[in-house]
Amino acid sequence: MANPTQATRKLPLDGRLAGGAGVSITPAASMSRVSLRVKDKDVKAVGKALCVALPIKPKTSNMSGDQAGASRSALWIGPDEWLILDGETADISAALAKSKAVMSVVDISHRNTAILLEGKNAVDVLRAGCPQNLNDDVFPVGACSRTILGKAEVVIWRTGAVSYHVECWRSFSGYVFKFMSQAAKGL
Amino acid sequence: MLYIRCPYCEEYRPEIEFRHAGEAHIVRPTNMAEISADEMEEFLFIRENKRGIIFERWRHIHGCGRFFNCVRDAVTDQIIMTYKSGEPKPSDAEIEKAILALKEEQA
Repeated sequence: MANPTQATRKLPLDGRLAGGAGVSITPAASMSRVSLRVKDKDVKAVGKALCVALPIKPKTSNMSGDQAGASRSALWIGPDEWLILDGETADISAALAKSKAVMSVVDISHRNTAILLEGKNAVDVLRAGCPQNLNDDVFPVGACSRTILGKAEVVIWRTGAVSYHVECWRSFSGYVFKFMSQAAKGL
Repeated sequence: MLYIRCPYCEEYRPEIEFRHAGEAHIVRPTNMAEISADEMEEFLFIRENKRGIIFERWRHIHGCGRFFNCVRDAVTDQIIMTYKSGEPKPSDAEIEKAILALKEEQA
């Protein structure tokens, strides 16, 4: 019988794997995530507390290190809204608590889950269901945007020349993963 | 499909990322408790719905999430300009200028 005192959290896409010609689709490891809303005047101070500057330009992101997923990242979502990502054990809220600014901090670590796309045809998997222009000139490395994939809302973040980090709500993750798998089959 | 410029994202995005949100520049009465039922009805339900240039609100719901205003031609469906919420209603001259610019772009 399972021991009820030792509940372990499982990722919604645990153990799944998919891919196609020139692309691999893998669920990302567990992460901590925060949806952050800050007023213009406090953006700099909050960025300081967070150890990563909040990007102000639309569709851009900042990282505290140079490896996506291993360092703290701030993604521009809206004019006063950011998505902060870090490793599983990082305490983003504690870092934000150091700032005196008024802000809204919502922990969405387990509301979202992420899927990683890697390979020279990764962008074609996204193009199968995303209405946005993902060409290099308008969606360079580091670009991020909330948009749509098929019928689900996702946040697409380009972490490398041929790698993408796709955030979606965990209840949509099965759909998004299947959608990507199907798209990869057609490559 | 409409191709709409979001004034907050500062670029054109496909219509599927947006949600229409009714007529723009409807001023909420400040004396809600005192106005008559007819005035309340007008504020809540009566819309211009005119043929020609209209002002409407849109929301970039699957993007930055912001509401903004838009000037659109109800006859041709062409979007003439978009601007941030809170900004004043564009004057006839400004709209005229935007239409000319669009025509030049298409020519």
